[in-house]
Amino acid sequence: MGDVRTIRDELLAAVPSLRAFAISLCGHVDQADDLVQETLYRALAHIDSFQPGTNMPAWLFTILRNNFRSDYRKRRREVEDSDGKYTENLMTHPEQEGKVEFQELRAALKMLPADQREALVLVGASGFSYEEAAQICDCAVGTIKSRVNRARVRLAELLSVEYAGQFGPDHKTRAVLSAGGRS
Amino acid sequence: MQTDAMTRKNSIRLGRDIQSKIGLQLRAMYDDVVKEGVPDRFSELLSKLDERQNKDKDAG
Repeated sequence: MGDVRTIRDELLAAVPSLRAFAISLCGHVDQADDLVQETLYRALAHIDSFQPGTNMPAWLFTILRNNFRSDYRKRRREVEDSDGKYTENLMTHPEQEGKVEFQELRAALKMLPADQREALVLVGASGFSYEEAAQICDCAVGTIKSRVNRARVRLAELLSVEYAGQFGPDHKTRAVLSAGGRS
Repeated sequence: MQTDAMTRKNSIRLGRDIQSKIGLQLRAMYDDVVKEGVPDRFSELLSKLDERQNKDKDAG
């Protein structure tokens, strides 16, 4: 009983960061929450394969990441998506993209290849070490490092115009305009 | 008038500024979601799973 309680508490404690990771991956809150739910189901179904005392968050992130990858591949096969339209639709529901101040960053993030995006988020936002991120993405540490670097360079390219001109007062106005003229 | 070296220096500094701004914004965006905490959907889900597990135990 005590064990069950502990595991449940650990799962609950991981939910907020799992959601943040999922939203960064797929850019869509509802889809992200489904992904987190599926992750929790799978984690409980395979709880025996988790070694107590090891890194629970890294284990959960691995499940979520693999889940996202296989869902995404499946959907890509199901939906004709040669020009990326479906993916784009998934990632640009303006009402679900959250705060205006992050819209440019979200838009830039979605232009990164998936492997660079997940590496950057794991290291740059979730706070995992390169080693942990490599474990989560099932690749070499050097691969993670180079993905993070490429992601940073690419983001800087994508955002340099926005950010360079931004140290002025009209940033918010332009952000709203670039969000597709919702107002 | 700017020399090439000055231009280069400026663009390096701009690159650094942009990098640190991207880093900060990325974390801010992420933390924004983390701060939302645990939506009811998930605490309810885990409570239900707990109950089911307990029932299974009683039955078995």
